[in-house]
Amino acid sequence: MEPLTWTGSIAFLNPLIALALALMALSIVAWMLASIILPEDQMTVNPDGTLTSSSGLRNMIQAAMRYSFLASVGLAVAYIVLGILMGTNAGIIGAMSQQFLPVWMSLILLYAMSIAFKRKLGLYGKLFDSPIGMIGFGLVMFWVFTGIFGAMDLIVTHDPLDQISGMKNKVPGTPLSSLEEGQYAWYLLGGDNLARDVFSRMVKGAWIVVQIAPLATMFAFMVGITLGLPAGYYGGRLDTLLSFLANLILAFPVILLFYLLVTPEIVATGVPNYMAAVLFVFPIIFLGVLLNSRYYTRPNFRTPLLIGVLGVALWLYLSLISTGGYIVSTDSYSIWGLPTYLDLFDIPGGILVVFVSVVFVNSPTVFRIVRGLALDIKTRDYVAAAQTRGEGPWYIMLWEILPNARGPLIVDFCLRIGYTTILLGTLGFFGLGLPPESPDWGSTINEGRKLLSIYLHPALPPALALLSLVLGLNLLADGLREESLKD
Amino acid sequence: MLLTALCLTFLVFFLTNLYPNLEKLAKTQGNFRMSDEQVESFLEKGGYLQSTPIKYGEWLGVLPSYRHTNEDGTVQGRCILPGKTAEESPNFCGILQGYWGYSTVFKEEVGTVVGTRLALTGRLMFWVMLLMVPSALILGVLAGMKEGSATDRTLSTFAITTTATPEYVSGVIFIAIFTSSAVGLKWFKGTATQAMENPTFENFFLPVLTIALYGMGYIARMTRASMTEVMTAQYIRTARLKGVSFSNIVMKHALRNALIAPFTVIMLQFPWLLNGVVIVETLFNYKGFGWALVQAAGNNDIQLLLAISVVSVFVVLVTQLISDIGYVYLNPRIRIS
Repeated sequence: MEPLTWTGSIAFLNPLIALALALMALSIVAWMLASIILPEDQMTVNPDGTLTSSSGLRNMIQAAMRYSFLASVGLAVAYIVLGILMGTNAGIIGAMSQQFLPVWMSLILLYAMSIAFKRKLGLYGKLFDSPIGMIGFGLVMFWVFTGIFGAMDLIVTHDPLDQISGMKNKVPGTPLSSLEEGQYAWYLLGGDNLARDVFSRMVKGAWIVVQIAPLATMFAFMVGITLGLPAGYYGGRLDTLLSFLANLILAFPVILLFYLLVTPEIVATGVPNYMAAVLFVFPIIFLGVLLNSRYYTRPNFRTPLLIGVLGVALWLYLSLISTGGYIVSTDSYSIWGLPTYLDLFDIPGGILVVFVSVVFVNSPTVFRIVRGLALDIKTRDYVAAAQTRGEGPWYIMLWEILPNARGPLIVDFCLRIGYTTILLGTLGFFGLGLPPESPDWGSTINEGRKLLSIYLHPALPPALALLSLVLGLNLLADGLREESLKD
Repeated sequence: MLLTALCLTFLVFFLTNLYPNLEKLAKTQGNFRMSDEQVESFLEKGGYLQSTPIKYGEWLGVLPSYRHTNEDGTVQGRCILPGKTAEESPNFCGILQGYWGYSTVFKEEVGTVVGTRLALTGRLMFWVMLLMVPSALILGVLAGMKEGSATDRTLSTFAITTTATPEYVSGVIFIAIFTSSAVGLKWFKGTATQAMENPTFENFFLPVLTIALYGMGYIARMTRASMTEVMTAQYIRTARLKGVSFSNIVMKHALRNALIAPFTVIMLQFPWLLNGVVIVETLFNYKGFGWALVQAAGNNDIQLLLAISVVSVFVVLVTQLISDIGYVYLNPRIRIS
């Protein structure tokens, strides 16, 4: 087996894309300079009412920028398409784009459907009007699909924990020394210092982030909303108390908190289990109050609905917090939980403590945002109208104030997922919580950095993956903000 | 504020004094093959087995500290430093008496450990601030001068990219590009260990840049937002209509008002910088405050951890106070009314 080069037989594209990128960089610089130096375009109004602008130097620069951008994008697509068709003949890039085939297909399908029906899809559809939002959404969905398909073992080339002899610290594109039946013949992005496949670990790492980050953010939002709305709406002592607690957690340096909470010793004391038991109650309260305040005038409909929803929620809650039949199980004592035959899933202590502490760190900030929004919105006329109508306070909070605060909250949700991703990486970087062989990006960066001056390839792919995911989330939030402001 | 500090230190105290943590402390202090009884007696001697509120009171210096009489008749206790006898030592020793305890990791008094480490980190922070604040403000003002212009688009994209790059990613990328033998540039040094004695541009720039970049994007975006808001205000339009030149408008009319909001943001950025400091000091092996935190937490050095959390909580609360006062001072609308 020959070692793979980066581009293989499509190397003829390399000078082209270098040229296109150089042109684009040049034209961006020229564009910036031009906007400072050159005078603004003269618009002349024709007699028939149309406008003509002089095609000056500015327009030329803009055209140059647009075409060089299109050329670079086109060439990048060409790399991917040729890669899919030619596979390993097109080098490492080709092989990788072939591995990512399911991701490309789902992305194309998603974009085609979304653009076709974008006028019927509300805010989500409007996202496809802003190029920044589209780029951001594309990056995010790329990693989401990668995570999902990676978990289904469609993309990975090797097992992320398998060590293959002779592959220690090998550069990208190295063929396996002794090929067995059914094995992929190369380490596409090389091997790390324990001879594991960097590419497969990166793909598997996406699944950990895609699982934990949005879910943890959602829990943080539930906690923040359930506490922030009454604090802002009622004010008074409740507000003072809750704000004090929130400021207390916010004044704590995040790293110190992680170092104190996310250790095996703390897991052994059962503290995270108690915290989980408290924090995970909030979504149930939220759901219950949400439905009750809306439908309490129609008891015939409300009672079965509440029983159904809360029943399922409680079952999920209990199976979430109880492991092996116990809620808290330490050496000295234990508290009974759901029996094992009813337990839907078990969460290992390491993951649970990571999850809990991320929720714990995020919820005070959400609380502050929601409280601020509630303080602002409760002075509006429609709230006064609802009060005069005799609606209950929780109805006003959840069905009048909350929907009107959704714009900033959705934007913050996207930003916060990115921030949670960074936090998860930080935890991995310090080796806290997740098991040391876990393929998550933070741990992989931490392992790779020790040999960074000699071998670059183990640390860089997860670093760039994390960078692109968080960048995508930030761009997505920016696009959403732009579009929601247009209303 | 005092209440917040008390609550937080008690929280740290509670978490570090949980039994498994104490057991770990005993085993790292003694040896790793201690039996349960040996651990028990070690903790008994150190006074670790009293109830948490009492120990907390001792640490604060409001309760007399614990003393243990050994079998050979000598007395050991928290206040009795090595080489002193029980009679010479005071009964109370805590924060109120100015005694921060004895670090079990560094084998030194916590006060000196925190002092030296804090001085090193202070130097790092000074350069970070010097690099971050002016460049962030310039970026933000340039971008906010004309909303939607070419400069704005490019600089905003740059700012978003830096906020999306946590320190452990940018640091790794910088090390890979500028210091590794694989790329071959070797412009800088990959570690900042030498920078502790003699900081030079070569060994100190990368850690500074890594911390500064992450905070810079955020401050720049805030500055941009406040600048665009000011530029659409009535008095700017009036100035334009009067015929004041654009550069004069920006420098004399807009800038001062636009810098009020970023000031608050910069002050509130301090707690986040601490995060970055811990990561960067670990990454570049610069033995400052953040590095001490990692060491203390890894070995459950209770006294040092408490001192560190007191210092960091103090920094957070003081910066919050400064930002409130500064806001009032800078904003004439609040100051006069």
